[in-house]
Amino acid sequence: MPRTLLQKVWDAHAVRRLPTGQTQLFVGLHLVHEVTSPQAFDMLRARGWRVAFPHRTFATVDHIVPTADRRRPFLDVLAEEMMAALERNCREHGIPLYNLGSEDQGIVHVIGPELGLTQPGMTIACGDSHTSTHGAFGSVAFGIGTSQVRDVLASQCLAMDPLKVRRITVTGRLAPGVYAKDVILTIIQRLGVKGGAGFAYEYGGEAVERMSMDERMTICNMSIEGAARVGYVNPDRTTFDYLRGRPFAPQGDAFDAAEAWWSSMASDAGASYDDEVVIEGAALEPTVTWGINPGQSIGVGGRIPSPGDVAPADRAGVAEALAFMDFAGGRPIAGIPIDVAFIGSCTNSRLSDLREAARIVQGQKVASGVRALVVPGSERVRRAAEREGLHEIFEAAGFEWRGAGCSMCLAMNPDRLEGREICASSSNRNFKGRQGSPTGRTLLMSPAMVAAAALAGEVVDVRRIAVPAGVTA
Amino acid sequence: MSAAVSRIERIEGRALPLRGHDIDTDRIIPARYLRSVSFEGLEQHVFADDRTGGGHPFDNPAYAGAAVLLVNRNFGCGSSREHAPQALQRWGIRAVVGEGYSEIFFSNSLTLGLPCVTVDAADLEQLMSRVEQAPETAVSVDLQAMQVTAGDLRVAARIPDGARDALMTGLWDGTGLLLENFDEVRAVAARLPYVSGF
Repeated sequence: MPRTLLQKVWDAHAVRRLPTGQTQLFVGLHLVHEVTSPQAFDMLRARGWRVAFPHRTFATVDHIVPTADRRRPFLDVLAEEMMAALERNCREHGIPLYNLGSEDQGIVHVIGPELGLTQPGMTIACGDSHTSTHGAFGSVAFGIGTSQVRDVLASQCLAMDPLKVRRITVTGRLAPGVYAKDVILTIIQRLGVKGGAGFAYEYGGEAVERMSMDERMTICNMSIEGAARVGYVNPDRTTFDYLRGRPFAPQGDAFDAAEAWWSSMASDAGASYDDEVVIEGAALEPTVTWGINPGQSIGVGGRIPSPGDVAPADRAGVAEALAFMDFAGGRPIAGIPIDVAFIGSCTNSRLSDLREAARIVQGQKVASGVRALVVPGSERVRRAAEREGLHEIFEAAGFEWRGAGCSMCLAMNPDRLEGREICASSSNRNFKGRQGSPTGRTLLMSPAMVAAAALAGEVVDVRRIAVPAGVTA
Repeated sequence: MSAAVSRIERIEGRALPLRGHDIDTDRIIPARYLRSVSFEGLEQHVFADDRTGGGHPFDNPAYAGAAVLLVNRNFGCGSSREHAPQALQRWGIRAVVGEGYSEIFFSNSLTLGLPCVTVDAADLEQLMSRVEQAPETAVSVDLQAMQVTAGDLRVAARIPDGARDALMTGLWDGTGLLLENFDEVRAVAARLPYVSGF
């Protein structure tokens, strides 16, 4: 009987059915960072347990690390204490740590793939909701809480409820200036921020098949913003080509054997889905959020809705968002002035993101009064970008060029909004207070759109500034 | 080996109605308060940003000491931070009654022994209104009967069977279960081609 990738991966990793009715699933790769792990290690210690599979566990630092002055000890003593805890925990349990100063340090969802740790057919867990990113490789990747981090450290297993699968087919080709970010923002807008509850999202169709791994990661990354804990793309030639030669990818003949197994894990033709949705790729346009959750978005040519434009159940939510953002319903999203432009985060901080943004800003200047920064997702991305001279393009335009980390996506580090600032951001969440100021405001969009907004000083259609050359019509 | 078994069947106390859909974990506990190696003291910062405006239910003396939190739909969406249910539990919340939850928030809460039960929107509205009019109303969340009561108001509640069993049998802290059969875990690992090196 034809099966989906989710069913195959689930079956291959199921240890047993637990008395609670859940399935005990083996976790093939556990990624650890400094924020959600210290309490888990303490719980382990309190119970006298060891890490069960230290060689399937890898750690890095990303959330709290400063991206400008990275000298130790950090000025923030709380952040320094968290760093020290992770260093001690990794040392004590024999877990590899890509620490600050390592050439492989970076955002956990950027370094896993680029090191070749993330592979098709795996189960992956990490104490971070954006773990869904790794599904771009055809893995099943769960964001988990700290007690579950403890479970995985101690047993390399999770107790999970079964998931349904919703197939999301994105047909055709995206227009120039329209990116993976616009696809996923549109999916969340259409299906809702709670539409994915109980589902894994399987993304496919011509538009997704044509995407690079970077773009597929952007899509899978934001699955959780639509309430789908897991999102994935079936592995194909693009996936295998990306993985070949990566440090932790199989080498030599083993790679061919791996490729055969990886291919076998893709959803079978004729697999049945619990739900299917089709999105017309060619009809999409650059998309921008106007509200306080990632589902509140519109095309850049559109107008911000009023409470009267939406279903009765959504009216209070729209009114609350408009009040917080201080936007009038009915006004165009284009032309909204911005104070800050942020290019970074596990959603959009990879080399191809930076290339597209650099293409927009080349030879231009950031609008006066706009604070603009580019934060590469990893030190590998930073070095690769610098080899191409991208940092010089950004700096000449007036952007700050930083070291790798989560930065202003969630403001657990020195990068944050002040007061009522409005930020054009390539990150993933526009929640109230998300970027560090309780009253700060976030507009989510693609890195190219952030670059365009930085130059214009306001939300603008990137296609009016330049047709990005990297995208074929 | 595992923590002491603690069965959770019924929670009684006063309630705190918190209106609004899609309340995310950044609002429950803003990220800057995650800069700590422990969960201690998180209760001091629950809804810190939302409360700066004043008039927040968590500051309303009428709801001080409440044990049951009443919420609308998609509560706890966003970040996977367990700090969110930790902060609520440490503040004194021992059960949540709502229209719906994000999956990660629900499972994080379950691992802490904090039941999150679901009720119909109309029933929730009745519960919220009742408590807003009379904050001293005694509220109960009964996992045996799968009912929530507020005074003489009685509504049906739902929770997945597995979660209900885990709470009622005291197996909600499940690491012990996962460690019971470690040979089977090793056997599954050994069968996976990527573990054995292809």
